[in-house]
Amino acid sequence: MQIYLPIAEVSVNAFLLLSLGCMVGVLSGMFGVGGGFLMTPLLFFIGIPPVVAVATEANQIVASSFSGLLAHLRRKNVDLRMGLVLLVGGLIGAALGVMVFNYLKSLGQVDLLVRLCYVVFLGVVGGLMFIESLRALRKSRKADGTPARVRKERSWIHALPFKMRFRTSGLYISVIPPVLVGVMVGILAAIMGVGGGFIMVPAMIYILGMPTKVVVGTSLFQIIFVTAFTTLLHATTNFTVDIVLAVLLLVGGVIGAQIGTQIGTRLRAEQLRILLAGLVLLVCGKLGFDLLVQPSELYSIGPVGGH
Amino acid sequence: MWRTLLFCLLLPASLAAEEVVLGLSSDEVSITTRFDGDEILIFGAVKREAPIPDGPPLEVIIAVTGPHEPLTVRRKARRSGIWINTDTVEVDSAPSFYAVATSGPLDEVLSQTEDQRYKITIERAIRSVGAPPDVTDAEAFSDAVIRIRTNASLYQQLENHVAVDQQTLFRTDIDLPANLTEGDYATRIFLTRDGQVVSSTETSIDVRKVGLERFLYSLSRQQPLVYGLMSLAIAIFAGWSASTVFRLLRER
Repeated sequence: MQIYLPIAEVSVNAFLLLSLGCMVGVLSGMFGVGGGFLMTPLLFFIGIPPVVAVATEANQIVASSFSGLLAHLRRKNVDLRMGLVLLVGGLIGAALGVMVFNYLKSLGQVDLLVRLCYVVFLGVVGGLMFIESLRALRKSRKADGTPARVRKERSWIHALPFKMRFRTSGLYISVIPPVLVGVMVGILAAIMGVGGGFIMVPAMIYILGMPTKVVVGTSLFQIIFVTAFTTLLHATTNFTVDIVLAVLLLVGGVIGAQIGTQIGTRLRAEQLRILLAGLVLLVCGKLGFDLLVQPSELYSIGPVGGH
Repeated sequence: MWRTLLFCLLLPASLAAEEVVLGLSSDEVSITTRFDGDEILIFGAVKREAPIPDGPPLEVIIAVTGPHEPLTVRRKARRSGIWINTDTVEVDSAPSFYAVATSGPLDEVLSQTEDQRYKITIERAIRSVGAPPDVTDAEAFSDAVIRIRTNASLYQQLENHVAVDQQTLFRTDIDLPANLTEGDYATRIFLTRDGQVVSSTETSIDVRKVGLERFLYSLSRQQPLVYGLMSLAIAIFAGWSASTVFRLLRER
């Protein structure tokens, strides 16, 4: 069944969108990631204009993270104070990101920027995750003892001013690093159309030293508000949020996530992480390959002035 | 040169001799949520006061033109290993849709001079003047517009696609693709003899988004903030209700 998307102004198969949403939903349920970093490139591949894909994906992430956040709030796994500090940074970052996005759009380089961001971040995160999980897999084979992570390191983080107490996380640190992490994630959310969980979660664990238990809930809290803000910015400056597209992806995504969670519980954590790393590197490779190989059509048509 | 001038002088007289009476299967195309392209049938007859003139047979050209808009055409080139947009040319005006259907080979039914006058072929429909000084091959950019849009079925050159009966009745059908934009689609019909236009008429087909499509599109342009907030609310509600349904199903 073909469906005409009112904002993207293209006609696509509704079942294709539902199954794309479902497929990414399975993966995000399996690995516990938002899946924005997979969905946005897939939307490029099926011919949705990148500007619409990025803005609509932000809208979809708000919705798919919402039920997750409710569950974490019920279990009190959200550090609201840390979430607010991350959020302040995130809003600043999102505003900066949309500004950069619109500027490059007027230069005709926004596709390049989005694709380059994807290649760089997916490459780095996928690579690190791959090495890390290989190491963990080898360690768990050698000895059954869990490798305890040294958490209370006295690093440069503790020397910074403006300290604040975060009770839920049991931390007393400066607000500067969390704000910076928030800014970084906000910029990525606006430019790449992702929630940024794949950057924020490692940053919260390794840089801020937060306990793993509250990391996911707190990052969801920040992601919801930042992506909601990004959606509004894109909707009011670019008019590129396609609600019909968002709802179709969302319905598929929720169904997929249920299936994915079931599969996820049957696999071991290290295996899951290696699979996810492989997937991330695969998407990264495909995008990088497209940038390096001569495209079959060198010319592209866009509206005047980029608006 | 003299021949052309002579024909120009004779034109008003010949216009009266053969006239088009036109019909359309519909003068309105509605873009709904289920819109997947459309086909319009264009038919008509030639009205004459005198018997059919001798000489070359009557030919018919039908051109359907979507709304004109300015475009930015960009060309990629390899810079330090990756392919990025480098040269840019602004095309002043190009139709979003263009279909020309003819009753015979285009270069036989229409002379160059008449094409220039009435701007009938696709090449004539695109207007491009201002290429920046560093771009020497501006022609390649308008060619690219034609190539890309022809591949997307937005530009169609349909030779031998108009059926003419007894030099009086004619009929053609034109496929409108699914990725159509809104606007008035000018539909022009030309009657030619020996490459010269003897009569022409024009009408328009109204292509409009309707219903939900219309509502969402206008809201997103006129009240972007309301549209954005509504998108968020709908998406959150859809996501929440879908996962609640699933949880209830599993608990049962």
